[in-house]
Amino acid sequence: MSMHKLLIFAVLLALAVGSSGAFAQGPNLGKPIGPAEIAAWDISILPDGTGLPPGSGTSAQGASVYAQKCFMCHGENAKGGTNAALVGGGPITGMESVKTVANFWPYATTVFDYIRRAMPWQQPRTLTNDEVYALTAYILALNKLIAENDPMNAQTLPKVRMPNRDGFIIRFPDKL
Amino acid sequence: MQSKRSKSGWLEPEVVAGNGLLDRRAFLRGGAAAAGAMMGYTFVGSAAAEPLADDPWSKVPGGISPPYEQRSRYEEKVARTLSNPKGEPRTQHARTPHHLINGTFTPNGLHFTIVHAGTPDIDPDKHRLLIHGLVKRPLVFTLDALHRYPMVSRMSFVECGGNSAPFFSKEPIQASVQALHGLVSCAEWTGVRLSTLLEETGIDPKAKWFIAEGADAPALSRSVPMTKALDDAMVALYQNGERIMPGNGYPMRLLLPGWEGNMNVKFLRRIQLTDAPAMSYYEARTYAPVLPNGKAYQFYFLQEVKSFITHPSPGLTLKGPGFYEISGVAYSGNGRISKVMVSADGGQSWAQTALQEPVPSKAFTRFRTPWRWDNNPAVLQSHAWDEAGNVQPTRAQIVAVRGETTKVPPVTGFPSQHYNGITTWAIERNGEVKHVYA
Repeated sequence: MSMHKLLIFAVLLALAVGSSGAFAQGPNLGKPIGPAEIAAWDISILPDGTGLPPGSGTSAQGASVYAQKCFMCHGENAKGGTNAALVGGGPITGMESVKTVANFWPYATTVFDYIRRAMPWQQPRTLTNDEVYALTAYILALNKLIAENDPMNAQTLPKVRMPNRDGFIIRFPDKL
Repeated sequence: MQSKRSKSGWLEPEVVAGNGLLDRRAFLRGGAAAAGAMMGYTFVGSAAAEPLADDPWSKVPGGISPPYEQRSRYEEKVARTLSNPKGEPRTQHARTPHHLINGTFTPNGLHFTIVHAGTPDIDPDKHRLLIHGLVKRPLVFTLDALHRYPMVSRMSFVECGGNSAPFFSKEPIQASVQALHGLVSCAEWTGVRLSTLLEETGIDPKAKWFIAEGADAPALSRSVPMTKALDDAMVALYQNGERIMPGNGYPMRLLLPGWEGNMNVKFLRRIQLTDAPAMSYYEARTYAPVLPNGKAYQFYFLQEVKSFITHPSPGLTLKGPGFYEISGVAYSGNGRISKVMVSADGGQSWAQTALQEPVPSKAFTRFRTPWRWDNNPAVLQSHAWDEAGNVQPTRAQIVAVRGETTKVPPVTGFPSQHYNGITTWAIERNGEVKHVYA
C-alpha cells in the first residue's frame, strides 16, 4: 500500500469511527467483534449470492445425502411424505394451489439458505456446505431447473433463474 | 344522555340502531340515570334472590400466598388451544381465548404463540445479540448489557399474518372466536429501541434492510426495511412487566409494532444490515399470499385495520332477552383506532361504540356498546376505522380481490393470509351465536 493510499485509508477509518463522539454518549456496552468470531452465525444468503460459502455439490451427491437425512420426512424422490414434496407442482392459479420450489420460490439461493439453517429438522446446521450445495443441486435438478450434472456452488447458484421470479407484487411499496 | 322513562319508571337509554343497539354513552357517564337504566332490566321479570349465606371459605383462614401467583382453580378452562400438542415435526400454534378474557392486554400465559420447530430453552446468560453487516463496527451484546440501555415501554398487538385465515373459506366455519381470530394478542412490551443500538454500531449508508434471526432450531429469519429499524422497532425484553415468555421469544425478541407477527423475530440473536432482502423462506414462500390471477403479494408487512366482537361470540350463548354489552377489540398497524361502529341487523344500521381509553397506537382498543336483545334473530358486526383514514373492509370486498376457497378447509388451515375483513355473528332465537357471512 502506497503512503497515499494508506493516508486515504486512515482518513476513511477516522470517518467511519468519526461518529465515535456519538458512541461515547450511549452506554457503549456492546463488544466489538470481528468476522472470524461472527462466522459461525453468519449464515444469511442474499439472492445475488452474497454470503454463499466455498464448496460445491452435484445432484448425484445430493441424492445420497437425501437418502440418509431427508427421505424419512420428504419421501422417496422428494415426492412428499409426512412433510412437503420438494419436487413438482402445478401452475399457481389461486390460494388453493400448493406452493413448491419449482412453481413458486423466486430465488434458488433461498433453497440453500433454508436447508442450511433449518434442515434436517432434528439436527439443523449439521450439514457441511458441500452437502447443502449437493442437496440444493438435487432438488433443482429433480425439478429440471438445472441440468443433471450442473454443480451448485457460489458462482452457479445465484445464476439459476427460477420460473416464478416475476410472479410477485410488492404489497406496500411505500413501506420498503 | 338522551333517555326516556320506561313503564317501570326507570330511565332507559335511547335506541340508536336497529335490533336494540343503545346509545354508547348510556353507561359511560355513570351516575344514577345510567345505573337506573341498568337496574330497570335487572328488576323486570327477575325472581327475588336467594338468602345470602356465609360460605365455608369465608369462615376459615385462606391459603398461603405463593411466590408466583397462580389463577383460581376455577379458571382452568380459560386456556389456549393447541394445533400440535404432541410436538410432531411441524409448526405449533397456541391460540388466545378472546371470548374468555376481557380488557385490552393479553395475559402472558394466554398470549398466542407460533413456533416452527419447538420453543428453545435458552440460558439468558449465554444468549447474545449480534449486530453486523453494513454497520461501521459490528457489536455483540449480552442481556446484562442491554439492561443498562435506555428503555421504552409501549402497548403493541402482535398478529400472525395468517390470523383469521378461516374467513377465506367459501362457507363460514362454525368455530369460536379463539379458533377464528386467536392468532392475535396484545401486550405491553419493554425494551431497547433498535435505533439506540444502531447508533453505537453506526449504519453504513448502503444499508437498506436488516435481516433478523432467531436462536431457535430453524434460525428463523426475516428481512425488514431499515425505515422500520429507525422508526419504532424494539429489542423487547419484557412482556407485561415480566421477562418475555419462552414461547414469545425469551430472552429477547424483535418487536415491529403493527407488522406481521412472523417478522417480530423471537429468540433474537442476530441483526445483519444489508443492501437487499434475503428472500428467506418465510418471506419468499410462506407469507406471500396468492391472488386469483396466480400472482402473489410480497412484503405485505402491515397488519391492517381490523375489529371483531368477542362478547357475545360463538360459545357464549345468550341467556334470554334483556341487556347485554357488545364488546370486542379493534387495532391497526397504521396507528390508533378512530371509530368502531356496531350493527345488530347485519349492517343495515350502525351504532357508534365507546372506545376504552387510552387508545394506543398499534395496540388493542376495546370497544363497547350497550344492547337490549329482544329475543329475535340478530346479526352482529363490528366495523373499524383508524386515524390514518383506513376503513376495515367487508368480507365481500376482500374476496373480490383475494378470492376464496372452492372447498371448506380445516379451521386450522391457512388458505391465505392477511384477512382483516368484517366478522359476522348471527344470534338465534335460542341465544346461540353462529358464524355467518353477511
